Amino acid sequence: MPALSVENLKMHYKVSTGYVKAVDGVTFHVDKGEVLGIVGESGCGKSSLALTLLKLLPSNGEILQGTIRTQDVDVTRMKDADVRTRVRWKEIAMIPQGAMNSLNPVFKVGNQIAEVFQTHSHIPKKDAMERAKSLLTLVGIDPSRANYYPHELSGGMKQRAMIAMALALNPSVLIADEPTTALDVVVQAGIIKLLLALRREYSMAIILISHDLALVAQMSDLIAIMYAGKFAEYGTSMQVYHEPLHPYTIGLLGAFADIRAPPEELVSIPGSPPDLVAPPAGCRFNPRCAYAKEVCTSEEPPFEEASPGHFVACHFWREIKELKKGGAGA
Amino acid sequence: MFFPVRLSFAESLRGAKAQVVHAVDGVTFQVKRGEIFGLAGESGCGKTTVLRAVLMLIQPSSGSIRYGGVDLLKLNRKELKKFRPRIQVVFQDPYESVNPRMNVFDIVSEGLFINNLVANADEATAMVTQALTDVQLIPAESFLYRYPHEISGGQRQRVAIARALVLNPDLILADEPVSMLDVSIRAEVMNVFLQIRRKRNISVMFVTHDLALSKDVCDRLAIMYLGVIVELCAAAELVKKPYHPYTQALIAAVPVPDPSGEKVRVLAKGEIPSNVSPPSGCRYHTRCPMARDLCAEKVPPLEEVSPGHWAACHFWSEALESYEKGGTSLLEQEP
Repeated sequence: MPALSVENLKMHYKVSTGYVKAVDGVTFHVDKGEVLGIVGESGCGKSSLALTLLKLLPSNGEILQGTIRTQDVDVTRMKDADVRTRVRWKEIAMIPQGAMNSLNPVFKVGNQIAEVFQTHSHIPKKDAMERAKSLLTLVGIDPSRANYYPHELSGGMKQRAMIAMALALNPSVLIADEPTTALDVVVQAGIIKLLLALRREYSMAIILISHDLALVAQMSDLIAIMYAGKFAEYGTSMQVYHEPLHPYTIGLLGAFADIRAPPEELVSIPGSPPDLVAPPAGCRFNPRCAYAKEVCTSEEPPFEEASPGHFVACHFWREIKELKKGGAGA
Repeated sequence: MFFPVRLSFAESLRGAKAQVVHAVDGVTFQVKRGEIFGLAGESGCGKTTVLRAVLMLIQPSSGSIRYGGVDLLKLNRKELKKFRPRIQVVFQDPYESVNPRMNVFDIVSEGLFINNLVANADEATAMVTQALTDVQLIPAESFLYRYPHEISGGQRQRVAIARALVLNPDLILADEPVSMLDVSIRAEVMNVFLQIRRKRNISVMFVTHDLALSKDVCDRLAIMYLGVIVELCAAAELVKKPYHPYTQALIAAVPVPDPSGEKVRVLAKGEIPSNVSPPSGCRYHTRCPMARDLCAEKVPPLEEVSPGHWAACHFWSEALESYEKGGTSLLEQEP
């Protein structure tokens, strides 16, 4: 039984011009101890997906269909009060984007972590603080820092404090939304190592959301490439990085510089992401796709299994696979 | 043409207590004609301060900025005004650096009118059209009267480059020009810099924290840490043979886009200290896995460790050896 199972999830935001179809039919599952990386660029819907999983959508957001299931509960149709007491923080925890700025500047860090315990279980403040301190130690922060205010901590430490908070109730699923953006690269490496160690220790399922294909490659077992509200490709990280089938995946891989490779020419994908209120007909990627044909502008490609566990949404994945075998290169 | 830049402390006052932020502490380098020179480092290293000083937006406490044999810091306002068109800038945020109430033609031609480089609108249109073509905004005519909100982030950034280019500068300073753009469109902007360098032999000084990108675009690269240059050499060589432990830590921390590739390693202790009271001696010694007593006492000079390759470390030879053998890993937690 997977730690988190999502079936055909769809949600939209109501805006003045119509409905932004931010998540438009997404299916995946993550097992205990597994890391799923969801990679996509601005406006692809990945953060909306994260918020949907925790039912933290703003008032103009609405789940249209699909299911979200943890090992024990069906979250989709739960009332908000139940989600708060039974799911958030306990089953599914999130480190939001810009987490460092999520700490309340007028409260000490230890108190903020302790608050998680006090809200969800009625333990005395003193015990909550003790637990908060041991969590700080767990994430590599000196427990005496519990008495510090957020502005007295560095960016990396604040991020670790947020991770500590997310771990407080031993969730089975941890969602990390761009956990290292705005952190220096050396600090980022430390956070990656921390998340990997925690995954090992606690067998958590981790969903790592990022625009950074290189970062995600460090940690993920499974990868989903998200574009315009849908998954373009999904498979193990080896499958997606080494045998990419979707033109968007191929384009994205070509756009990332590899520091260890000899100097190479960087590639970009022409155009920009579509308007999700009125996305292009057929395959949403077609206006930017080098391989697009007539059918791509009228029919949405099915999300099919190209090889065991490797899924792709493209009418011409077979042809692309042949092309690449012929030495056209990645 | 050379631009030797030598800067010292940039001061700033905070509140009642006069504190000195040692933003840039004795930085010397040259940018050659037609060269793409990268100034790389993490937050607080002083790279943006150096860029602002070269643009003469801030006044260094001491030092010189020599351009074509002239020390720009010694010029008066009138004389300086003549030089300004020759050194131009492209800023980081294409959503902030481009006036949303001006159309593309107005944005790109503004400098021409301010500097009296054109006699009339027709001349300006010809030059703007050429600049837009050079940055691959083709057909240029279709972009002239569009407003920023009608074009994408990548296109906006290219308008910013056209704005710099139209003045025919010798040097363009670029402050993290692609960090705010989606990765799939970064190459389109970086390739523009490469093309204009090739076509017009313009020098580019590129300030960045992205080492992987710098390696693909820059000819030479200088690594800054807490106000000083710790290493400087050809970009391709920097990644293959990093002498300075900080450079090594940076390279080891950059993830590669390949799940079967090397895993990141943490080779530096702790985090960047404050530059209000920087560490004594070598500023990196508090984080360096190889630090000795000498490192806390004496500032290591930036010396030529091999032809064209400079490093500021007392033990550079050992540091390279150790790195080539696999290096020390400080916070190794096996995944």
